[in-house]
Amino acid sequence: MGKEILRVENLTKIYPGGTVANYKINFSADEGEIHALVGENGAGKSTLMKMLFGIEEVTDGKIFLRGEEIHFANSTDAIAHGIGMVQQHMMLVPSLTVAENLVLGIEHTTGLFVDKKQNVKDTEEISEKYNLKVDADKLVRDISIGMKQKLEILKTMYRGAKIIILDEPTAVLAPQETEELFEQLLNLKKDGYTILFISHKLNEVKYLCDRLTVLKDGKSIGTYNVSDVTVEEISNLMVGRDITLSYDKDETEIGDKILTVDHLNFVDKFGTKKLDDLSFSLRSGEVLGIAGIEGNGQKEAMEILTGNMKCDSGSIQFKGKDLTKLTIGKIRDTGIAHVPEDRNLDGSAPQMSVRDNISAASLKKFTNKFKLLDQKKIDEYCEESVEKFKVKTSGLNSMIKSLSGGNVQKAIVAREFTQDADVIVLNQPTRGVDVGAMEFIHKKILEMRSQKKSMVMVSADLAELQALSDRIIVFYKGKVVGVIDDVKQTTDKELGLYMLGLKQDSKEKLMEA
Amino acid sequence: MKKKKKDWYGVIRVLAAVALAFIIATIIIAIVAEDPATALHKFFLGPFSTKRNFFNVIESMIPLVFAALAINIMHKSGLFSMAADSAFYMAGVTAASIAIGCKLPAGVHQVVIILAGALVGGLIGLIPVLIKKFCGANELVVSLMMGYLFFNFGYWLIREFFIDIANGSYSVKFEKTASLGKMIQGTNTHYGVLIMIVAVILVWILMDKSKFGRELKITGANRRFAKYAGINVGGVIVGSQFVGGAVAGAGGAVEMIGMYSKFEWIISVSYVWDGILINLLASTKPLFIPLAAFFISYIRVGATVMSRGGDVDAEIVSVIQGIIILLVASERFLYTMKKRQEEKEALENQLIEDKKAEE
Repeated sequence: MGKEILRVENLTKIYPGGTVANYKINFSADEGEIHALVGENGAGKSTLMKMLFGIEEVTDGKIFLRGEEIHFANSTDAIAHGIGMVQQHMMLVPSLTVAENLVLGIEHTTGLFVDKKQNVKDTEEISEKYNLKVDADKLVRDISIGMKQKLEILKTMYRGAKIIILDEPTAVLAPQETEELFEQLLNLKKDGYTILFISHKLNEVKYLCDRLTVLKDGKSIGTYNVSDVTVEEISNLMVGRDITLSYDKDETEIGDKILTVDHLNFVDKFGTKKLDDLSFSLRSGEVLGIAGIEGNGQKEAMEILTGNMKCDSGSIQFKGKDLTKLTIGKIRDTGIAHVPEDRNLDGSAPQMSVRDNISAASLKKFTNKFKLLDQKKIDEYCEESVEKFKVKTSGLNSMIKSLSGGNVQKAIVAREFTQDADVIVLNQPTRGVDVGAMEFIHKKILEMRSQKKSMVMVSADLAELQALSDRIIVFYKGKVVGVIDDVKQTTDKELGLYMLGLKQDSKEKLMEA
Repeated sequence: MKKKKKDWYGVIRVLAAVALAFIIATIIIAIVAEDPATALHKFFLGPFSTKRNFFNVIESMIPLVFAALAINIMHKSGLFSMAADSAFYMAGVTAASIAIGCKLPAGVHQVVIILAGALVGGLIGLIPVLIKKFCGANELVVSLMMGYLFFNFGYWLIREFFIDIANGSYSVKFEKTASLGKMIQGTNTHYGVLIMIVAVILVWILMDKSKFGRELKITGANRRFAKYAGINVGGVIVGSQFVGGAVAGAGGAVEMIGMYSKFEWIISVSYVWDGILINLLASTKPLFIPLAAFFISYIRVGATVMSRGGDVDAEIVSVIQGIIILLVASERFLYTMKKRQEEKEALENQLIEDKKAEE
């Protein structure tokens, strides 16, 4: 390992509203190492990286690069100093080609015109050099997520980055794609690149990284050699206790089909068939897990099921009604609650108070005959929800965006689990929340299961699916390709094969789904 | 604790903006006026100099309050419609028409006029949102253009049916039964003040206490979330435009039969910009709107008194308003003050926590 390249001292960041995201953080990275930053969500990893990349202003503290103190005014500054960042949500222009995205802003030009050939040539060269294969001529919206990720990494290197920050790069990848990415990252390390790797997934950290720094509650707990600590120890450091994803499930009786999805079809605005004659059903009292690589129709199926989108053809039968014909309000009244995929876009109004967010779906219940709201009952309901679901907030009046991701998610879960619905649709119920909140939400899901509620759960986290589901179905290209009845016996690998479309169950078996 | 401090910050910001605007206005007056002391005295205390001047402030704040209430409702939906102007003007036309054309007993006459004005206003309020829904045209552009359309259409109606031939541009006189009547002798202040107070209370209940108001706020804050939560987003938005238009319409009708005895709006009447300014000053809280409107009305009357007795134009008010709106609307104005305060508090909390942890 090389000498120290990056060091931060007492770095502090306070966001508007007084949220302390980072407090006196200390850590350093050596040249040519893969250094992991681990911590629960809301521990301040992303904020720290954003300060290193010049996107967020530093409130207090110092950053040293190769021994010299530096101040970044913006990301251009950081790039000029050889720091590149691949953000959690990819920053690509879908309607441009891979090459155009790569050179965006620093294109080769001939006079007034962009030199397309040279740009494509550059792309191919750099792709060849680092063995990160991308198709220079393809439009970004047509390439796989794995390739987008490679493109993002190439983008940083094309701009001369020596230190590459990766913010949860594997969140959107299939297991096989993750392995490929890791191989490439190890190659980059050999070439002397320094990689800062942010992740929740400790197995990945264990496999890939040299050292790791643990963050907790915005503070740095310490830096360790990966070989010196076990996954359990890291997890302990992050939350202060052991977390395993295995729960004792109550023996409950699974009943008859209560909700049937029948031959759904949906084509998106780009003409891609997102749902292809999709059929499956939910039995009363079960947790039905839905696995699949993102973009294989899970999202669309859930949106149609909850009324947020309309399908092209097909029907969803529930309590003798066709849900595809009803408005969202009516669907909710029929007895379906919904924890949406994106907690900031659909799941909450970030600028509004915790109270307004929790009560938003139950206003009808608290309206008197004069159409006025019963503020007292709303307060009671919200206070009870906050308490029962352990939402950490300074009060019902706080803006919900001042809470951590895990607490926002708990508030959303509180709202949806108190609707007295028979079916709860869970779309990525614990995405990006800390382990503590995750465990809490899982327990609540199992509690609902014990109360004979039926749930459909889409998740990218296979461990979560396996820990909670009674049955798992796998989506591939808008269809169900696999049904797993014996959840305990299945492996990641088997699920991976279904997810990549390499394995498919027999028609008869799929009919029963 | 925290919440209260935040509110103070908002108040300090508005007051600081107002103070800064006054300082600049004072400097300008001092430079321009031949006798700055008298001019400034008249400007700041003019409204209190006579009973008539003071009640001038009251009567001219009435349309401002109605306009600001309308804007408060219409803009809360996230739709920036300026249809309140068209609603206000056409309600005035409607009011004048009924005041001239119908013979009804006093009491009934005024009620009919105001309800008709509100209805017309409400319907006009719907136009931009419907055009947006069915044709996709931007509501701001549509509603601004509507201003011209309805002004010309409305005035044409008056000329066509109710013109006073002797005068040539105004209408004939209203029936006596249509007038709202003077509330205070020796001034123009009419009973519309009471209607205004009722309107403020009704809008406050609607926006802060009712299910509709809550749904409207959620819709304005995040439309996707509102839709997801099962709120009938379309209905709420359309409803808000109708109610907002109706409030503006009621305002137009009240102004017409309160202040005038014949139709005199021969140039277009615009209150939306004032409405936006006042709504902003009131930090979009219906109960603060009368206060903000009183303030704006006060400085306008002050400026008029000053210009009558000296060489400074009343247009100085525009400068003051411009500065206030600029500062209040700028997020960064006094931002560092807030930021420092927040940072200090946050760090103190951290230190306390650290100490606790050590113990």
